[in-house]
Amino acid sequence: MLIVVCIKQVPDTTQVQIDPVTNTLIRDGIPFIVNPYDTHALEEALRLKDRFGCRVAAISMGPPNAEGTLKKALSLGVDHAILLSDRVFGGADTLATSNVLAAAISKLDAEVEKVGLVLCGKQTIDGDTAQVGPGIASRLDYRQLTLVDKIINLDFSTQKIRVSRKLEGRHEIVEAPLPAMLTVVRELNRPRYPKVQMRLVAAETVVEVWNNKTLQLDEQKIGLKGSPTWVSKIFSPERDKGEILGDGSADPAGAARMLIEKLIAKDMLPL
Amino acid sequence: MTPSPALFAPLLLASLAVFAWGCWRRLSLISLGQPEDRFDNIGVRFGEMFRYAFGQKRVLAKPFGINHALIFWSFLILLIANTEFILNGLFPHTIKLIRLPFELYVPLAFMIDIASLLALVAVMIAAVRRLISPPYPEARTPEAFFILGLIAILMLASFALNATELAAYMIKSNSDPASFLANARKMMPVSALVAGILPPLQLNAIHSTAWWAHALALCAFICYLPNSKHMHILTAIPNCFLHRLEKPNTQPREDFIPGNTFGIGRVDRYSWKDLLDSFSCTECGRCQNVCPASITGKPLNPRGVIHDIKVNLLENGAELKKSGTQQMPLIGDTGEGSISEESIWSCTTCGACMEACPVFIEQMPKIIQLRRHLVESDAQFPEELLNLFENMEGRSNPWGIAPTERTKWCSQINVKPFEKNTTEYLLYVGCAGSFDSRNKHVSVALAQLLDKAGVSWGILGKDEKCCGDSLRRLGNEYVFDRMARENVEMFIERGVKKVITQCPHCFSTLKNDYRQYGLELEVIHHSELLRNLIQDQRLVLATATNTTMGTTVFHDSCYLGRHNDVYDAPRAVIAAATGTVPVEMERTRNNAFCCGAGGGRMWMEEHGGERINLTRVTEALKQKPDTIGVACPYCMTMFEDGLKDVKADGVKVRDVAEVMAEALFLP
Repeated sequence: MLIVVCIKQVPDTTQVQIDPVTNTLIRDGIPFIVNPYDTHALEEALRLKDRFGCRVAAISMGPPNAEGTLKKALSLGVDHAILLSDRVFGGADTLATSNVLAAAISKLDAEVEKVGLVLCGKQTIDGDTAQVGPGIASRLDYRQLTLVDKIINLDFSTQKIRVSRKLEGRHEIVEAPLPAMLTVVRELNRPRYPKVQMRLVAAETVVEVWNNKTLQLDEQKIGLKGSPTWVSKIFSPERDKGEILGDGSADPAGAARMLIEKLIAKDMLPL
Repeated sequence: MTPSPALFAPLLLASLAVFAWGCWRRLSLISLGQPEDRFDNIGVRFGEMFRYAFGQKRVLAKPFGINHALIFWSFLILLIANTEFILNGLFPHTIKLIRLPFELYVPLAFMIDIASLLALVAVMIAAVRRLISPPYPEARTPEAFFILGLIAILMLASFALNATELAAYMIKSNSDPASFLANARKMMPVSALVAGILPPLQLNAIHSTAWWAHALALCAFICYLPNSKHMHILTAIPNCFLHRLEKPNTQPREDFIPGNTFGIGRVDRYSWKDLLDSFSCTECGRCQNVCPASITGKPLNPRGVIHDIKVNLLENGAELKKSGTQQMPLIGDTGEGSISEESIWSCTTCGACMEACPVFIEQMPKIIQLRRHLVESDAQFPEELLNLFENMEGRSNPWGIAPTERTKWCSQINVKPFEKNTTEYLLYVGCAGSFDSRNKHVSVALAQLLDKAGVSWGILGKDEKCCGDSLRRLGNEYVFDRMARENVEMFIERGVKKVITQCPHCFSTLKNDYRQYGLELEVIHHSELLRNLIQDQRLVLATATNTTMGTTVFHDSCYLGRHNDVYDAPRAVIAAATGTVPVEMERTRNNAFCCGAGGGRMWMEEHGGERINLTRVTEALKQKPDTIGVACPYCMTMFEDGLKDVKADGVKVRDVAEVMAEALFLP
């Protein structure tokens, strides 16, 4: 069984600032990292590999420099790393992106090994849409299990997976037949650290690149042309200046009382 | 039974065979180690050997060392007596010291007699000490008493031998006992005293008993020596000769080539000198008695690490030679001969163990090699380090704060960027000085002082990167190597020649570690620069000195003091600023006790035992200070935290730059 992990190279958003004039992200000199949620998806795939001996493929759609992200995946122990890169893939929204990723997964399924699981981070920290994972599942007609914080059971004989989903204030235990697409949350695991030997090997490995000649997708369904979403504006939300309540050091109890009253008045404190 | 060459010769030969076999077995194991050059500067090495081995300089650093020195020096003299004994046992009546010219023989006999007495007294004191108050509880081993007993037997037997020979001569020459013994006492005071009380009729019996007791004890000693911790008698002198002449304040580079091994996970990956170290340890326990981890109840014991390396080598040696595989893991919780991961991570790399070791065993570099193996080959480390490693690699600082915030500390003051060929000093602010809210104050104070003194200085601003100290000490050499190369490249490109650091960790890394990358910087710690500026009257204290500091006690940072020998500069700055020489703690200067944050421990949880910083804070508070002076951002954090924990609200912690700035700028 092949496990496919979708990973994305994202700008390190803690270092991103928004240009106040153009309302776009200032990306100059901002280092790229592997989308943090994706590192948990990758880790889970590698744990399944360690336990069951499944093979793991990491795929990423992005510009040529996204190779670094895949090298990191290689250094952690994935068996295949494929970069989906082509100018015609550029400018894609979540729909067009999931078309490309789904096509790549189908190709792996047909040519390398039957795909049993697709793992994605719950969302990326740059776009934050959380749509690509489910989009892939829809395109491939896989069951989708989002926000997974634990794989409870993976049964190869019955071809079923049982997971825990982390929802607001509760957990949901769900079972689904394979193949399935999972999006994962940080609580799922702690990502491993690459061994030097693997880093050195990864550094010398040439990452396979698939372009649209390889995938043969209709150009109307990919890239800018295949993207019905248009971003009109990005901006930092305005935030009202806070106020200082009471005197916390002289009268902490009084300050706390004022705060509680304020929160109750704004209906922000569930009673 | 009288002395008989027919009996003694085979006994001696057998003992020498056991001795040779023991030496060969251990020394051939040493040859399993990796090559390392320790034969440079031969002249200096001989000097070191005479100073530290024959001169017992480090042994004498502790009061009880005098006892060991007495045994050692006595042994050197008694080598002559024992050589005579052996030759005489093999070829009776041929070679005797007494045949030497009288002027030579008398002082020699006197020295031998006195040396025997001193050795006897010293081993008795050593035995009593081990019984009453051993250097560490496990030191009360049968092995220790056995060897002390053997030495005592040798001494007592030699007195009996000399005494019987004196008495026999006295009888034979028909001398008047009183005057003969009075004369003899001038030559051999102790033996003559014994001769006076010997029963004349049993002289022969006593002589042959003593002779055989001496012979047997000597042979036992010869057999036992190379097969026990007492092998240090043979290895300690070469170990002093071979010690690293530069301070062991840095670790060797690694070649990152696929197929190489990284760090050390198998005993034969250590260098031959590392393996020799393990046979040079006599388990005196001085290292563990100064180790902040051992003292506060952590699993690490530097003596234990060296002992485990020895046991592991003895256990695995044969198989390593044969098939290159190990039976007993070097790293593991399997008991004697294996070093636990917990103990490996407990080291603060403070270097106190190496400073205390009388024979220059290098414990700390061995521990870092084990860390390298864990991090680089096994990716196995305490979980809190994952964030640190990722933050260092991704954002070049331990906290993972955006590099764009590196200049926030100087947003309120005017700081110039470092300019090639224009600015004299680069102020390498360091991560703590840039991001840590408390230490930012130190950066500001230092900046103001530099401006006041008219120093030409600038910063790299957002381009400054972490020096990588914690990574290197934690064994993450791969990432350190990358950061070091980037930094070195940037320093060269920017034309940086002189650097001021306010962090001893940056200081030591830039100064010592980066030299391995071909970068010779003139690195100066801010305490040294401030001292110089005061001396040169570029920082002039008008009238009043800083009296708000009150009684100030100074804490030495390990990476400034022990690792780089900077002790006086920070004290001089405090003295100039406060008008009073700072008070010293019980453990100070090269014996100072670590704050607990070095070696990457700053970023790790401290499990079990007492907290290291609390131990040190408590020690500082004994001096009833108003201010604790520090010269390191890590020490600053550890003391600030520690003082909060012990609720010592009235005591403040100040960096030397702050002490000086307050003296200059506060009304």
